[in-house]
Amino acid sequence: MTDVPYPDATLHFGVFFQGVNHWTIWSAPESGSQLDPASFRRVAQTAERGLFDAFFLGEGLRLREVDGRIHDLDVAGRPDAITQLSALAAVTDRIGLVSTSNTTFNEPADLARRLSGLDLLSDGRAGWNVVTTDNAWTGENFRRGGFLDHADRYRRAEEFVVAARAIWDGWTADGPQRVQVRSSQFDLDLLPPLPRSAQGHPVIFRAGDSAEGRDFAARHADVIFSAHGNDFDDALAFAQDIRRRLRAAGRPEDDLRILPGTEIIIGATEEEAREKARWVRLQQVTPATALNIAGLVWGFDLSDRDADGPLPTEDPVIAENTGAFGARRVADPRAVVDRWRAESAAHNWSLRETAIALGPQRGHVGTPASLADKFTRFARFGAVHGFNITPYLIPDGLDDIVTLLVPELQERGVYRTSYTGTTLRDHLGLRAPLTRRDPVEQAS
Amino acid sequence: MPNPGLHLAVEIDGDGAHPAASRRADPLAVSRRVRAVAAIAENAGFTLATVDDEPSNSGIGAVERAAFIAAATSTLGIVPTVSTTYTEPFHVSSQLASIDHISVGRAGWLVSESTAAETARAWGRPLVDDTRREARDATRVVRDLWDSWEDDAVVRDVATSRYLDRDRLHYIDFVGETFSVKGPAIVPRSPQGQLVVFAPADLLPPELVDVTLTSETTRAATPLTFTEIEVALSTPQATAGERIAELGPWPERGRLRYAGSADGLVALLTDLAGAVDGVRLHPLVLNEDLAVLSQLVVPALIRGGVAARPIPGASLRTTLGLPRPVSRFQESAR
Ligand SMILES: Cc1cc2nc3c(=O)[nH]c(=O)nc-3n(C[C@H](O)[C@H](O)[C@H](O)COP(=O)(O)O)c2cc1C
Repeated sequence: MTDVPYPDATLHFGVFFQGVNHWTIWSAPESGSQLDPASFRRVAQTAERGLFDAFFLGEGLRLREVDGRIHDLDVAGRPDAITQLSALAAVTDRIGLVSTSNTTFNEPADLARRLSGLDLLSDGRAGWNVVTTDNAWTGENFRRGGFLDHADRYRRAEEFVVAARAIWDGWTADGPQRVQVRSSQFDLDLLPPLPRSAQGHPVIFRAGDSAEGRDFAARHADVIFSAHGNDFDDALAFAQDIRRRLRAAGRPEDDLRILPGTEIIIGATEEEAREKARWVRLQQVTPATALNIAGLVWGFDLSDRDADGPLPTEDPVIAENTGAFGARRVADPRAVVDRWRAESAAHNWSLRETAIALGPQRGHVGTPASLADKFTRFARFGAVHGFNITPYLIPDGLDDIVTLLVPELQERGVYRTSYTGTTLRDHLGLRAPLTRRDPVEQAS
Repeated sequence: MPNPGLHLAVEIDGDGAHPAASRRADPLAVSRRVRAVAAIAENAGFTLATVDDEPSNSGIGAVERAAFIAAATSTLGIVPTVSTTYTEPFHVSSQLASIDHISVGRAGWLVSESTAAETARAWGRPLVDDTRREARDATRVVRDLWDSWEDDAVVRDVATSRYLDRDRLHYIDFVGETFSVKGPAIVPRSPQGQLVVFAPADLLPPELVDVTLTSETTRAATPLTFTEIEVALSTPQATAGERIAELGPWPERGRLRYAGSADGLVALLTDLAGAVDGVRLHPLVLNEDLAVLSQLVVPALIRGGVAARPIPGASLRTTLGLPRPVSRFQESAR
């Protein structure tokens, strides 16, 4: 490995307490509460023991629905992210606290203040994952109602981030300076409510995959979450694309951290790891969930079928996308169904087995040593800067990673052995906030 | 029965009730200061602390401070002030329900309105004139959302692969004059079902309120009534009068005011027990007056049987003697 492009690269871990979707197992005896404050504390403190950079919460502003009915198969119902993270600030010392918060159904003065509050309460550990839900279906929960097409929601998101940073930066060494924002989406006039935190202002995260989403990250974000973390070539292609976009945006190509979301399943031997993965998949993809996944492919309700039986014989339909979760969203259902049929016939798989093998995929399975080797390669070849890990069990799902995998990574010199800074920006090794650099530093 | 006489609330926002109180601000880092003040109030035996706010205020928002305090305390009731004028009721409902989960049932909500033009400009909204209509509709929506998950909606039924019983989840379908909200909430029903709702007298229809805050010493038409009292206490260093004089003019805010010795306040509050259900005390300078309250006033009231310390594990509703409501959407409640 002499031509390793990033020989000194290290890995950054985050933990994503999901609170929704079928990846979190709720049926096992060890599945704990999704709401008890002790569950959040346990996960955050375990991650901190494992020297993670960040604890991360997602957001969904309407309960998921399938065919106009509340989706009842998966974990659902979670606390408000910034509120929960403010509580965790009181019971953790070092770990970053990242809130997914929407730019469509919030206002800059309010959200900037809430995030600053979290940043100050945590002494500089706050992050903001900027998301941009666009659908009228979510809008039905808000005064402002459903609005914004794809282009407008990106314009609003961009102007929102600019406004939030103006508010954060508006408290200077001379105290608060009046901030006025006039843009296509906003007309604001206020005194910044809070001084700067130990890290200047919150770290900006972005989870998005479209070309606009990637460019948005390249212009504004410090960290990008992606879904490109399972396959090395796919991860590397994504990272190279992001580096290209960063250069185009006039930023150094090491200015953004790439942390794909992933699941990690660990066993003492490869065989044990595979067996555990098999157990995890069967818990995640229950018979009803398998029928739901197949329904998303076929484009109509299959909940009355037998998951242990064969695939449906009907042709798929192209269903309308209403924006609700579970709207039939497979891009080319005919091709997917052809593949499912071929593989199911070749392996003699039931519908459920096919859904497990060919449905949404994720994650890494192995021994601590084999995973550490693999992740070291990911890091040193520039495919990722780390992973945002989604535990499949709450609250103990991180224990194996912290007690078994982290030491292997430390032995390989690819993972920190102690926190060296106090803020989230320190942990991630980031420069000063984008809006707070002098021109020389920005160009370097 | 719970109510021994008088429930004791203390307002712990900022530096104190006097506009010049910040001159004596504590230099501790903000997170340590919030934690320290909450610990003093809890250890003294206060029933609850309120955390004042206004969206265009400087300072950390009341929701964030309340959540932080909830995680750092174990018996104190925690009641953030949250405005209803420009905020999204859906967010407000989620934030407050989350504090009730975090505190395992010790949270309340002090409903407020934003009348300042400054707030409208910060939010980039036209000035709302009918702030009472917004307060009424937003409070109704927040309360409906708190009921939109029945208590046992999470069923974890392995036999049918169902995590939720969707029949125990309810769209609220609120339609008001200025906005509508579909529901259900994204946060499951919280430990108290409904947080304890506090409101200043005459802001809301009484049926939406659990505790009225008033400058009167007589009961309002809500289950409980607390009297608002600003307090300036004598300290070993200076008399109450000297302390006020040193800070300069102290504008009236339509609250009762007491300036004097700790013993005098104990006597005043002992007299008030029975006339009203509680008091909310606003210390002149938080650091200084909260210290006297916690060392002298609250212990004397507890010793005298006028007030009682919250019982560990009790919800704020239980401490206040309020029942835990069944969800209004639950079949058995209809
Ligand atoms: C790893 C990951 C996590 C995400 N988490 C959330 C979330 O919690 N809430 C949300 O509204 N959107 C979430 N998203 C969705 C993104 O914000 C974005 O809307 C979506 O990826 C579409 O982006 P695009 O417009 O760039 O295609 C997530 C996306 C990714 C890749």
